[in-house]
Parts: sequence; C-alpha cells; structure tokens
Amino acid sequence: MLTYIQQLGRFGLTFSQRVGISGIFLFNTLVRKPRPRQSFPLLIEQLYSIGVLSLIIIMLSALFIGMVVSLQGYNTLQRFGAEQELGQLLALSVVRELAPVITALLFAGRAGTALTAEIGLMRATDQLDSMELMAVDPLWRIISPRFWAGLISMPVLTLIFDMVAIYGGYLVGVKWLGVDAGSFWSNMQSGVDFRIDVLNGIIKSVIFGFFITWIAVYQGYFTAPNAIGISRATTKTVVYASLATLALDFILTSVMLKGW
Amino acid sequence: MTADSNATSDNFVEIRNMTFKRDSRVIFNNISLNIERGKITAIMGPSGSGKTTLLRLITGQLKPNSGKILIEGVNINALNRSKLYILRRKMSMLFQSGALFTHLDVFENVAFPLREHTRLPEDMLRDIVLMKLEAVGLRGAKDLMASELSGGMARRVAMARALALDPKLMLYDEPFTGQDPITMGVLVKLIKQLNDALGLTSVIVSHDVQETASIADYVYVISGGNIIGEGTPQALFADKSPAVNQFIHGLPDGVVPFHYPAKNYAEELLC
Repeated sequence: MLTYIQQLGRFGLTFSQRVGISGIFLFNTLVRKPRPRQSFPLLIEQLYSIGVLSLIIIMLSALFIGMVVSLQGYNTLQRFGAEQELGQLLALSVVRELAPVITALLFAGRAGTALTAEIGLMRATDQLDSMELMAVDPLWRIISPRFWAGLISMPVLTLIFDMVAIYGGYLVGVKWLGVDAGSFWSNMQSGVDFRIDVLNGIIKSVIFGFFITWIAVYQGYFTAPNAIGISRATTKTVVYASLATLALDFILTSVMLKGW
Repeated sequence: MTADSNATSDNFVEIRNMTFKRDSRVIFNNISLNIERGKITAIMGPSGSGKTTLLRLITGQLKPNSGKILIEGVNINALNRSKLYILRRKMSMLFQSGALFTHLDVFENVAFPLREHTRLPEDMLRDIVLMKLEAVGLRGAKDLMASELSGGMARRVAMARALALDPKLMLYDEPFTGQDPITMGVLVKLIKQLNDALGLTSVIVSHDVQETASIADYVYVISGGNIIGEGTPQALFADKSPAVNQFIHGLPDGVVPFHYPAKNYAEELLC
C-alpha cells in the first residue's frame, strides 16, 4: 500500500515537473523579440513542409469520409423519406466534428511525428547543441517557425477538409444515389450557420493545432539522444496528441453546444 | 561582463576548484586547470572520464556545482543568456559527429553562422565561405549535401564552419575517433596549422594518445573525476605513476582494471 502511494506521489511529481518544463519551453518559444525579416522565410519553409505536404493525405481522407457519410446518411434518411436532408446532415457532421477531429488526428500522424523525429534527430546528432554554441538560439531558429506553421496550417487544412468532404458527399449523394442537387445544396445552405457551425469548427482546429504542435516540438526537443529515445518520442507524440484532440473535442463541443 | 580581478592574461580559460555532479555521481572533484592563450592544450583520459562534459562546462552548456570557470577572466556561469551568447561568439566547438545541418549543403553549412550574425553582401559571404572551405581542402565539395560526406570530410566541413566567425578559442571533441590513418593525419595537421596561422587557442579532448601528443603543447590526464597527471607530452611519456603510465602506454590492465566489477568468477560459474 505504501509503495503504491509512493508510486502515485512520484508520478504526480514527475507529471507536474513535465507540465512546468513544457510550459516554460512554450513561453520561451513564443515570447521573444520579433525578427520578422529573418523569421518570415523560415515560417514559409515550415508552412510548406508541415502544411502543404500534409495536403494529399488530408484531401484523400476527406474525399472518402465525405463519401461514406453520404452513403450512410442516405441509407438512414431514406427510411424516413428524408433523403433531401442529406446535404444538411453531411455538412453539419463534417463542419462541426469530422473535419477538425480527423484533420487533427491525421495532422498528428503526418506532421506531428515528422516534427518530433526531425527535431529529435537534430538533438541526437548534436545539431541543436552546435547551433547554441554558434550563439543561435534553437528555440528561435528551429522551434518557433515550426510551432507557428503548425498553428496556421491546422485551420487551413480543416477548411480544405470541409470542402473536399462535402464534394465527396455530393458525388455519392447526388451523382450516384440520385438525390436532387437543388435540395441537396439549398438544405445545406439553410441548415448550416456560419458562426455556430463553421467558425466553431475552425476554433476547434486552431486549439487542436496549438496542442498537437506543442506536444510534437516538445517531445522532439527533449528526446533522449538515441534511436530508442526518438522512437519513443515519436510514439508519444501520436498517442498524446490524439488523446488530447479527442478529450479537447469533448470539452469544446460541450462548451460550444451550450452557446458560449 | 566584468573580468575577474584574479584572472591572468596568459590563460584564455581558467577552471578553479570546480566540482560537477550528475545526480549524486561526482564527475569532477574540485579540479583546477588552465588553458594557455595561443597554445594547444589536450585533455586526455579513458572513455567515460568526463572529457566531453568538461567541454560543455567550458562552453556554459552545463553549470558546475561549485567553483569557477573563467573565459578571458569572465565567470561564464554568472552570465545571463544574452551575454553568454555574446561570449560564445569568441569560441567554437567541433563535435565528434561534426553536427552538420543535414538539410543544408556544405556551402550553406559554412555560411550558416555568417548569415545568422552578419549582414554581409552575398558575394562577400561567398568569398569567405570559399576561403574557409579552401583552408580545410574541401572547396570542391561545396555543393554536396552533408549526408553525402564521409566522416572525415564532415569533420573538416564542421571545422570550416567553426572557423567562419574567426573564433579565438577552438574546442575539439574527439576529433580523431573512428578515422582512417590518412584522414587522421590530415586532421592533426589542420588543427596545428589553423592554431598557429590564425593565432587560436585550442583544446583537444581525445583518447588518441599519439596523435594528440604530437601537436599538444600541454596535456592534462583526467580519470575518476580528478586530474591524475599534467605536463608536456614528453613529461607525461616519462611519467612513472601507475595511472598515467597505464593510460599513456595503453596497458590493458593496471589501475583501471580490465574487468568490470563482478562477483567472484568461480562462485558465479558454480552457482
């Protein structure tokens, strides 16, 4: 029993210590003198590797998810003779939940792991140390542009997911299953509110992007400098980022549905 | 940045009564040493004796538990981050791995510190980078990616990059480890030439006794957290103390035992 309490205490201390370190790490990354002339090209470079290179997986997933939602929705709605509402069902499911959550999970798997592995490998091969010895702060040169790129990419990728998924749903619903195109689009337009549905989805994606990128860069920066360390850090990024996304989604949805 | 009043101008680095621990393990136990300006000082010792840790203490990446580390009379541990970064521009370190940036080619690796710290026009920057690469004999490799270089070439490029901002102090972490005899000869010659031609102060951390001793002006031998011997290479080769003698002549058994501490051999086989 005593050992159990001791272990619990140790876990609590370690957890608090890590939260503190990651908080200071984030603060030091974000709060610094702006150097726009040098930072902008670094940000563009990272927007490409984090955002643009994630486009294919996001768009393909969105297409298939839109098509599946449409197919499932049509089968259910048809039982009640309400297949004309397919557009609304599809748009609400995608914009409110599926786009931000699936984009976040895919983003953690594609961009999050790449960030952790890249930064971790830089740590293992002394690149971060050598940068520091050249009097170049790695938090500014390496971490900050990656963090901002992740934060900017997530809502943009979510918007692209929205559009592609709705198009995928349209292809299945209208072109294949024969739902009337006019009612598909008009029901969607009347049933979706920009602020409550679209904007809330984007807010979710910004918050997910913040936490996923924070977890990914933190795990990479503080990885043990060896092969096992990098592999563990990469796994932790996916696990923690996915769990954080799902938990945050529940909290944000419950707050948003109560009309904040 | 105020200079310590006791600092002597002949020493670029002074370590005074420094103790460093990792958790409860003592890595350095109240050691003192001087790195003389313009000279090549070697820090030698068996693997795991804390040689690389000593370099990290000199660069301010680690802080000692007690004692002082003075760089040109300035206590490096009393500096805040921005002052530490200013002081670090005077020093460069060559990592064992080279630590080249893998996403950049050779030219951009050498140009990196110049781009970060200067506002030189592109043509002038190009000339400086080519001059640094010429000094290490790798001007022809400027377009290769870091991943395309052999271990020896990577270290020479890292050397060119370390020299880019004309440092006063060069720190070499195991520069000869894992190199073929030709590359080793090239590196030995380069370290000596660069030190003399550019008026640098160099510190070589190594356990390659012959190569290091051939160019070092002064040698410290560290083991078990203490300095067990010091002097010119000739003096150390003549040193008869068991620990120094075993290390310098590479004897397999002696003060540093061949066997890792274990239970009695016969007992373990029979149980």
